Amino acid sequence: MTGQVQVQTGDFDVGEQYRALLASGADSGGLALFIGRVRADEGADPVVALELEHYPAMTERSLQALVGQAQERWALDQVSVVHRVGRLSVGDQIVFVGVAAAHRREAFAAAQFLMDKLKTTAPFWKKEFRRSGASAWVEAKASDEAAASYWA
Amino acid sequence: MIKLVFFARLRETLGCDALTLDLDKPATAAEVIERLKVREPHWRQALDDTRLLMALNQQMIKPDAEVRPGDELALFPPVTGG
Repeated sequence: MTGQVQVQTGDFDVGEQYRALLASGADSGGLALFIGRVRADEGADPVVALELEHYPAMTERSLQALVGQAQERWALDQVSVVHRVGRLSVGDQIVFVGVAAAHRREAFAAAQFLMDKLKTTAPFWKKEFRRSGASAWVEAKASDEAAASYWA
Repeated sequence: MIKLVFFARLRETLGCDALTLDLDKPATAAEVIERLKVREPHWRQALDDTRLLMALNQQMIKPDAEVRPGDELALFPPVTGG
């Protein structure tokens, strides 16, 4: 039962992440992989880029704590969380959550738990840059808060 | 002495990412913020935002948590990663 987290400016390779999860062994019958990407939010003034700020001293520690909580709740073979920071363009990958478990239920549940908790407790902030040149900090959504409290 | 750090919209509004504040004996995080408002009155409105979150030594806390000399107290808006 191991977990690893990474915060980086560079992109990540989903195939590589998948192969790393497989290293957990032949007993992991279910793997759930989630990838979050930069959405264009198409409309009159679409998003062209995001700037992701974080609290470096706290980020990895808070992700590690979430992985620990997931491992306490479910029997998991391997967990991997990768989150990017810095400037990202539309379509770019932002976050990867991968869970390997014996069966699908634990894998799906743990991956969802990790994303719901990450969105409300990990110190990342998005600033959107639109085609017109306008920019604004993304507002936290009440629906994200509700999703996270489901697991309380 | 404690270190205060600010992030995202709050950092931009204050025009400041970090500062040090005199603290010779323990106080709650809420008291520390009150002291900061006295020192920087023009920050009052931004610091009165009830949605702001706090972390003490990189762990999320509530305003009644105790801050001690040497600690790092972070203030920031609700997070929006993922």
